[in-house]
This record gives sequence, structure tokens and C-alpha cells, in this order.
Amino acid sequence: MLCNVCGLEEATIHLTEIINTKMVELHLCEQCAYEKGTDVKQYFNFSELLEGLSEAGEMLKSPSEKKEAVRCKGCGISFDDFGKSGRLGCPECYQTFSKQLLPLIKRIHRATQHVGKKPSKISGEVKFHMELRELHERLRKLVEQEAFEDAAKVRDLIKQLEDRAKKGTEKHGS
Amino acid sequence: MALEDLLKTPCEWLKGTGPDNDIVMSSRIRLARNLNGYPFSTKLTKDEEKAIIEEVHEASLASPFIKDAMFLLSEDLTDLDKQFLLERHLISLDHASKQSGAVCLTKNETISIMVLEEDHLRTQVLSSGFDLHKCWETINKVDTQMEEKLSFAFHNTLGYLTACPTNVGTGLRASCMMHLPSLVLSKQIAKVMQALIKLNIAARGLYGEGTEASGNFFQFSNQVTLGQNEEEIIDNFERVIKQIIENEREARKTLTDKKQERFFDQIWRALGVLKSARLINSKEATSLLSMVRLGVDCGVIQGLERENLNELLIFCQPAHLQKMTHRNLSSSERDKERAHLIRKTLRSVEIS
Repeated sequence: MLCNVCGLEEATIHLTEIINTKMVELHLCEQCAYEKGTDVKQYFNFSELLEGLSEAGEMLKSPSEKKEAVRCKGCGISFDDFGKSGRLGCPECYQTFSKQLLPLIKRIHRATQHVGKKPSKISGEVKFHMELRELHERLRKLVEQEAFEDAAKVRDLIKQLEDRAKKGTEKHGS
Repeated sequence: MALEDLLKTPCEWLKGTGPDNDIVMSSRIRLARNLNGYPFSTKLTKDEEKAIIEEVHEASLASPFIKDAMFLLSEDLTDLDKQFLLERHLISLDHASKQSGAVCLTKNETISIMVLEEDHLRTQVLSSGFDLHKCWETINKVDTQMEEKLSFAFHNTLGYLTACPTNVGTGLRASCMMHLPSLVLSKQIAKVMQALIKLNIAARGLYGEGTEASGNFFQFSNQVTLGQNEEEIIDNFERVIKQIIENEREARKTLTDKKQERFFDQIWRALGVLKSARLINSKEATSLLSMVRLGVDCGVIQGLERENLNELLIFCQPAHLQKMTHRNLSSSERDKERAHLIRKTLRSVEIS
């Protein structure tokens, strides 16, 4: 097989990755792999991934001045930089580029909300929102299963939680 | 140095114990975590790198699980050391290529934390055989203990934040190293791979990301890290692996029951080459050892333990050969040493 990049040399480096139900293959000769940088993995992962995902792909192709406009306050990278390296610069990037990242995340994970382990030290407010969301998710599943009795219990829990929070903020306000 | 001590013990992923270890060599779970108040790994200054390594080191000393672990700085490790750790699956290819960073690993090699990989912390727990729940139980505790001292970047809807959005949420990757010679021989492996794509399972080579499958060894892992909790991710993944195990067993049964001449021929030939070769590279050794392993598993080859084969598999790797002989060996010298080691180990195995 010939190298995908130069089309001249025999490809000796073969990469296969499964990205969101799509298998992407990349075949490179040693020289091209070297020129692409030793971290073939990064090159491969992201340019391929983003090309494969049309939404993000289009976003990357949008006029450059638009991309230049937004830089992350935390680390200074632009979304374009992310497109090239496949790595975000800091936790704040998720906020800065949320508009572009959320569709991408949805394509990768088919979800945009975390469920599962959370740090024990997170603030009360974050905890409240997470608990509330998990209860809503449970409620949705129970209604789907037509387990209305259990659903009613969960609904009450949600109400309790919300009432408690309301009291909390009223106290803060006064 | 303590690193050499690892040579004396079989590494966890090749121990050959645990459930279904004839097909699943090892199970692994890793968690990706980043510290609050710092940019991700690629954007750190030298001082910040030092500070993170220090923070993680302190946290590790406070964790009962890993307080006695070795804590090795990348700058103190030679290229050979790194290759050695990579061959033992204790660090990744990515981490091995970096100058800064550290690795924390327990003496029994079941727990390791790569510091300053793509994420600040990549914690992994390895277990011989097919036992993902045991891995999760351990890693969950280690993570909770580390979290008491460290503040992890966490978002109220996206969960644990990672340098690459493919890991966001739980930051959890479960993987199994599998030996699937019969699926390869019976040409069913392509079908299996197709099915895995649909199930969002990634397939990689013997040494993880960026490596090619060799010797019928494959590493499978989950792709989705967000929207399901840790147990759900593990359960779903486990179900798929169970199915692959069943497929491989069926394929083995068909191959042996039908006593296909061709099948036996390949096994005996592999043993023949290994018993007589004077020069052998690691790729050829790996794929022939894979066939011999299948011969042992199917009862065709007698008088050889899977344990010895596992040992050969690791000691045939370049860095292990050099650590063992205490010499820097050129590629052709390694081929000679490797062939010698294999012949020595297989001396008593008879070809019938």
C-alpha cells in the first residue's frame, strides 16, 4: 500500500482508530510520518476526527477572522489551535469554546451530561445541580418504563430538593 | 536502582492468573484527572510542572494504597528505562516520549499513576485475566484517596475535565488485552472488528494507542466516557468482551474438533522455528509464540506452561532483553540473544 500523504513510498506505519462508529485508517511511509512530527497519534487523531465530524469540520473552515476573535482567557489558545493539536489548553477552554465543543462532545459520546462519580469536595451549589439533574434523569427513565409509583417518589424528592434550595437562597437574600 | 527489581517478578499483565486468562491476558482501567488552577499538560511552564509533580507526590504519600510506591521522575529515567516500563504496560508511548513528568508505581505493578501525560494524572489499575470490576474497585479507592489532597478540575455538567474531549466526563477507559488467534486463523476477526465499530469499542495493538496489532494480540477499550456512570460503562464493555471470549472459544473448538491438518501444521511449525532459530526479531517471535500459546491452550503441545510463554513474550522485548543481559545490544545482537533465550526455554518441549 502506498503512503496516503506522498503517494510515492510504501506505507509502513498503519493507524486505525474507531471514531464514533466510523473506522478511519491512515497509512504513512516512514518519511511522511517523520515529517508529520513524531507524535503521529496526535496528528492522526484530531485532523481525522474533525474532518470526519462535519459540524466541527465546517467550523474549522469558517473565516479565519471569526476564529481569531475568541481566545481562551485561561491559556490563550484559539479554537483553531485546538483543531490542530486536538488538545485543549486548560479547563476554562470548555467554557470559552462551549458553543463549538458541545456539538463535538455530543457526536463523540452521544451525551452532554456527566453522570457518575464526582469529587467529594465540590461546592454545595454544584452538588445541588448534579443531584437535581440525576433525579430528573431517573424520573424520565421511570416514566418511560411506566413505573409511575416510583416516579412520583422521585418527583417528591425533586420538589424537596428545590424547596430546600429556595429557602437557602432566601436566607442569603435577607 | 529499584527498577531492576521488577525483572524478578512477572509483570501483572502476563501473570497468567485470573478469570478467562487463556483469552483475556489482562484487564485495565484508567482514570484521567487534571488539577484545578493549572492549564493542561501541554501549556505548563517548567515551574508549574514541578509544582504538579510535587503535589501529586505528596498526595500519593498520604494514600494508604500507594504510599509505598516508587515515585520516579522522567528526567532520572534513561530511554531504556522508559522502554522497559512501556513494555510492562506501566507507562504509555506518549509518556515515554516526554522529558518532564513522573510515574508512581506500586511494587506489584498493579497500580500506576503517570504524572503529566496528556492529562496531569493518568491513574491505572491492571489485573491479570478478565476482572474489570476488581480494577474499578481498586482505582475508585485510589482516586478518592488522591482527591482528598488534590483538587480535580470538574464541571457541573461535563464532569471531570480532560485535555481531550474524548475523555471528558468519567475520564474512564476500560480495556482488555486479548489473545485471539483462532478468530484470526478462521478469518472471523474482520467481522468482529466491524461489530465493535458499531458498539463504540476501539481496537489497538499490544502496546495501546498508536501501535499495531501483532501476534494475534489485541487491546480493546471503550470510547464513550460521558453520559453513563462508571459501572454502566464497565458493564457494557464487559458484555462485549464476554461475547468475544465466546467467539474465540467456539473458533478454537472448531479448529481442534475438525482436526484441521493445516491448523496443527501451523502450530508445530511455529514451535519448530522457535526451537531452532539462531536469529529472530521481536515481531516474528511474538507471532510464533502466539501460535505456540494456542497449541498449549488447545492441548496440542504438552509439557509447556502458559506461564513460561508469557515470560518469553515479555523477555523477548528489546528493553527487557537488554535489562536482563545488563548490556546495550544492537538490533542484530538482540535477535541473537532472543533466539538463544527462546531455545533455552523451549529445550525440553518435544515435537511429536
